[in-house]
Amino acid sequence: MSDAKFVERYTPKERGNHWIVALCFILAALSGLSLFQPALFFFSSLFGGGPWTRILHPFIGVVMFLFFCITMVRFWKLNRMTDADRKWMKSIKDVVMNREKNLPEVGKYNAGQKYMFWLMVVCMWLLVLSGFVMWRPYFAGWFPIDINRVAVVVHAFSAVILVIGIIVHVYAAIWVKGTLRAMMRGNVSAAWAKHHHPGWYREISGK
Amino acid sequence: MTNSWVDIKNTDLVLIMGGNAAEAHPCGFKWVVEAMQQRKAKLIVVDPRFTRSAAVADTYAPIRMGSDIAFLGGVINYLLSNNKIHMEYVKAYTDATFMTKEGFNFDNGFFSGYNPEKRNYDKATWGYELGADGFVVVDDTMENPRCVFQQMKKHYSRYTPELVSKITGTPKDAFLKIAEQMGATAAPNKVMTILYALGWTQHTIGSQNIRTMAMIQLLLGNMGRPGGGVNALRGHANVQGITDMCLYSEVLPGYLGAPVDGDVSREAYLKRLTGKPLRPNQMAFTQNFPKWHTSQQKAWWGDAATKDNDFAFDYLPKKDAAYDVLHMFDLMFQGKMNGFVCQGFNPLAALPNKKKLSAALAKLKFLVVADPLETETAEFWKNFGPLNDVDPKQIQTEVFRLPTTTFAEETGSFTNSSRTLQWKEKAADAPGQGKPDSEIMARIFVKIREMYRKDGGKVPEPILNLSWPYQVAEAPNPGEIMREYSGRAMVDLMSPIDPKNPKEPQKVVVPAGQLASFAQLRDDGSTACGNWLYCGSWSPAGNLSARRDNSDPSGLGVFPGWGYSWPANRRILYNRASADPAGKPWDASRKYISWNGKAWGGVDVPDMRPNAAPEENVGPFIMNPEGVARLHAIGMAEGPFPEHYEPFETPVASNLMNTNPKAISNPAARVYKGDMEAFGKASEFPYAATTYRLTEHQHFWTKHARSNAIVQPSPFVEIGEDLAKEKGFKNGEMVKVKSNRGEVRAAVVVTKRIKGFDVDGKKVHMVGIPIHWGFKGVTQNGYLANALTPYVGDANSQTPEFKAFLVNIEKA
Amino acid sequence: MPSLQSLDIAARSATTTPSPSVRHTTEIAKLIDESKCIGCKACQVACMNWNDLRDDVGTNVGVYDNPSDLSPSSWTLMRFFEVEVEKDKLEWLIRKDGCMHCAEPGCLQACPSPGAIVKYSNGIVDFISENCIGCGYCISGCPFNVPRISKVDNKAYKCSLCSDRIAVGQAPACVKTCPTGAISFGSKEDMSIYAEKRAGELRERGHKDAGVYDPQGVGGTHVMYVLKHADRPELVGLPKNPSISTMVGLWKGVTKPIATALMGMAAFAGFLHYVMVGPKEVEEDGEHKSEKEQA
Repeated sequence: MSDAKFVERYTPKERGNHWIVALCFILAALSGLSLFQPALFFFSSLFGGGPWTRILHPFIGVVMFLFFCITMVRFWKLNRMTDADRKWMKSIKDVVMNREKNLPEVGKYNAGQKYMFWLMVVCMWLLVLSGFVMWRPYFAGWFPIDINRVAVVVHAFSAVILVIGIIVHVYAAIWVKGTLRAMMRGNVSAAWAKHHHPGWYREISGK
Repeated sequence: MTNSWVDIKNTDLVLIMGGNAAEAHPCGFKWVVEAMQQRKAKLIVVDPRFTRSAAVADTYAPIRMGSDIAFLGGVINYLLSNNKIHMEYVKAYTDATFMTKEGFNFDNGFFSGYNPEKRNYDKATWGYELGADGFVVVDDTMENPRCVFQQMKKHYSRYTPELVSKITGTPKDAFLKIAEQMGATAAPNKVMTILYALGWTQHTIGSQNIRTMAMIQLLLGNMGRPGGGVNALRGHANVQGITDMCLYSEVLPGYLGAPVDGDVSREAYLKRLTGKPLRPNQMAFTQNFPKWHTSQQKAWWGDAATKDNDFAFDYLPKKDAAYDVLHMFDLMFQGKMNGFVCQGFNPLAALPNKKKLSAALAKLKFLVVADPLETETAEFWKNFGPLNDVDPKQIQTEVFRLPTTTFAEETGSFTNSSRTLQWKEKAADAPGQGKPDSEIMARIFVKIREMYRKDGGKVPEPILNLSWPYQVAEAPNPGEIMREYSGRAMVDLMSPIDPKNPKEPQKVVVPAGQLASFAQLRDDGSTACGNWLYCGSWSPAGNLSARRDNSDPSGLGVFPGWGYSWPANRRILYNRASADPAGKPWDASRKYISWNGKAWGGVDVPDMRPNAAPEENVGPFIMNPEGVARLHAIGMAEGPFPEHYEPFETPVASNLMNTNPKAISNPAARVYKGDMEAFGKASEFPYAATTYRLTEHQHFWTKHARSNAIVQPSPFVEIGEDLAKEKGFKNGEMVKVKSNRGEVRAAVVVTKRIKGFDVDGKKVHMVGIPIHWGFKGVTQNGYLANALTPYVGDANSQTPEFKAFLVNIEKA
Repeated sequence: MPSLQSLDIAARSATTTPSPSVRHTTEIAKLIDESKCIGCKACQVACMNWNDLRDDVGTNVGVYDNPSDLSPSSWTLMRFFEVEVEKDKLEWLIRKDGCMHCAEPGCLQACPSPGAIVKYSNGIVDFISENCIGCGYCISGCPFNVPRISKVDNKAYKCSLCSDRIAVGQAPACVKTCPTGAISFGSKEDMSIYAEKRAGELRERGHKDAGVYDPQGVGGTHVMYVLKHADRPELVGLPKNPSISTMVGLWKGVTKPIATALMGMAAFAGFLHYVMVGPKEVEEDGEHKSEKEQA
């Protein structure tokens, strides 16, 4: 492995899981946006109209959340913040501007990715909890209207933050060339690993 | 009603007592609201519960069930002691000045003449003292202790505010405040009206409750005046019509007394019922009784009623006893009545003591139920679990059910509480085989007549000779029936022969055909009229009950061109009393009728001979032979002055008005064998109970209608918070209410609106029981409330005592 | 719940552009006079009959309120309150509950489905059920807790103020039926004047706190009350100063455009970054292309 051109970054199960969550996210985001922003109500046509959008959205959300939980458990430890991460974050400007010389060494995930992970964890939980409170016709009636009102706001806020987060997440994959392959094929080039995640590369290759 | 629904708007003060107008008469209640807004009238509600009427009232006071006479007697005492009476009115229009007979007295609960064995009175000592001229002796000074005024004063002086409060549980200050407000209407320019209903009638002292109020209205000078009167709010759209047309054993249509066993001939009968003036110049309108009765006989038997056969007087049944429903069911219960035709009536739900009723129906050979709905009575034999726990195998009664139309599925007229006939066309055909009641009766009659014709029988004449002139014998047209009871002249009616000029040819005064008024009726067989009170409702001008002229020129709510009010299209009875003795209206803002120097006239039909000049002193109460209203009335079974008696089931051990153990409850009320024993004692059944109606339902009918069922779906009983706490009941849980006769289970409504009563220092809790549920219908099923109620009625009308009895209550 | 073009739609849910507004109809209002209401429920029955609604036959739960709450089939109901404002002076206050037809309707603001809730220029707020998607946002939006969602079809329902009757010059069914005249109907202006007159009459009668309930927090309502205790509307279950919840305002107010802009900007920022800064590429030899370019 140490001399291989490519190194494995994600197992098939991890990739499958990721893409299920991703697909659910896209569907949930489109349906959710159609209910949130009248200008985007036309997205509801993708789901068979308003009522179907209303019906499907929470189920999609629940599927997304369940699969996300697997991801969450799987990657929990790997996303613990370290001192190096905090240092890395201080140089975020350099990261963004592609000036990488003086950055601290990065492990499997850099601090940005870790923050993204925790952001997703927080948003997902907020979404599922608030979504439960506002889910008609099943559970919304269990809660007083005041709680419903808080829930809709929490749901909207966390959804917007998540959407923005995911935009960043997706762009990062486009920006950092060779990244997409990790989730598509499961591996990355050794050079990519060495360059972006030298700590991790050393760990898995022993170099 | 002596007045009309619309007339309520003319009042200054509305008293609702013995009724709950907002609840039971929401449509008519609009006129109370109108009076409150437009005339700034005040509304007083006196009721055991804080009712829907109380919710919009200015003043509310509680009163223990069955103690109304104590309250009202206290008011009379207040009015007399504080000189809050309309003296000119009282002197001129009541019998206050009349002398009563020597020997009349009242002693410890009994009036003179009581017979404890028969539970009735020998009335020989009651009534007025007559002079040698045949007229009543009067004392214009009203100072003689034997005059009605002084007798009344003496009788009610015992009703002190303290005693009233002890008996009724009404706080003394609340009582006095109300008495004061009522007393203020003694002023000639102030008028009070009273609205009552079953809360007064359904007592063993029911008739006297109303009489006490009538006395108050007379003392205040409020009778016969716009915005005044004593107003009975009738239960449904045509219950006034039923009463007028008679379905009672006591009277013939138009309140003509029915013949009794002792009326051996027409002559004897007419003599008994024909009035004779008791004071000079009085109209004594019942002098016309022979005209009304003879015309009725002609309407019924036509050509078969002739002078020679005493106008078929022998065809009429002569009753030997009262045949009110309580008596009928008692006969059934004893096995002495074998068949029962029950039309538009659900006695199993509507009469007291269901257990007795059910046992009575089970002894019948046959029962015919004609009704648009599936009534409990029609299915009394069927087991509905605990709601109707009978064994059908043990019941041999054959039950026939004849589906009838509802009110909206038939043409005809309604007579409302205002005595106004209103014609209506049918709105829809009846479903299935439903037929109008009139057609069902006609078909049965035609069949029976055929059987008599073919097979003969005992006394066939009343059946064979019955006048049956309808175009379709099996289905008389409502118009034909109305023309018949409105009356017609069979021949041209001629002017009487002038004794001075016997040769003078007689003139036609009324051409043959429909009559315009009961004044045209004759006793020689030349006129036919089924009900003298309704005479003229279908006049030569046509069907007046179909008129819909909604103009009200006077602004006093008379609407003379809307429908037809009996008698003679008169909207306020005794309206002569709206003017002072000189013929001038008492109050300028309510000018109703007046004497213009030659004749009576005004916005309504004057209740007075048109040319009776004020100097003639013709009294306004023309139906009474004395011409004035009675403060002292001998017609009443239990005494000429109303006296407080406790309900037969009373939560208190004694009657605080006397110390006579025989006079705790009405000494003249009829109690059947076995029913006295079925009364419960306060030791076992400590709570005072009453039954009542709710606005969402009409008796036992609307539980068959989905809309009504939705807005009041299931049975409940109401108690106060104190009792609920004592018993540990939670609001809405199921409870069991028991009387000595049965039990019901229902949800309990715990409410601030019921607080119980402080009676002579003792707390009496109250249990309220709405009645509308049964084991048929689209509401939730429930127990019939009359499983609890006692089998005893008012001494005069035999209306059952549904409003005051005893129960116990426990968790179900 | 018909959609009536003739009534002229003044506002429409989930629609930001103006509705056709050349025509104007008189603003109407229903006035409920608590002091004349006897709680007979004729209005409830009229409502169910005119609108062909039949709720379930329920059970008594210890109060006179039946059905015990508003429902998709019960658009109005009487609520009964036993209160003792003065000690030992019981009052049985009865209020007809139902949609208030706010000038600024929270339901309409919250509704995500274009045209599912409309406000006519006469002031009626109407649910156009065929456009309803059943999300229940109107429930969160309503300051008076009025809309109810059907368990059968998952559509929201409430009083339409009989928009179909008003469109043809008839008063709402409840008004037509009320036997005591406790409900009146007319132009908002006339009703406001009459309401003040009635409140004055009641104060004269001794109800010193009588007044009109036409809450300005929601821009006024097209169903108004004359209350015996206008200083304490909560006695009859009405909010004292109702307004569209801050939460709902936050959610459907500023959040909506800002959030949309933020999302759009995030995506565009990525694009800009890509074209201005460029991607990170790693050569097979491990050198960083961008670094090389920069060098």
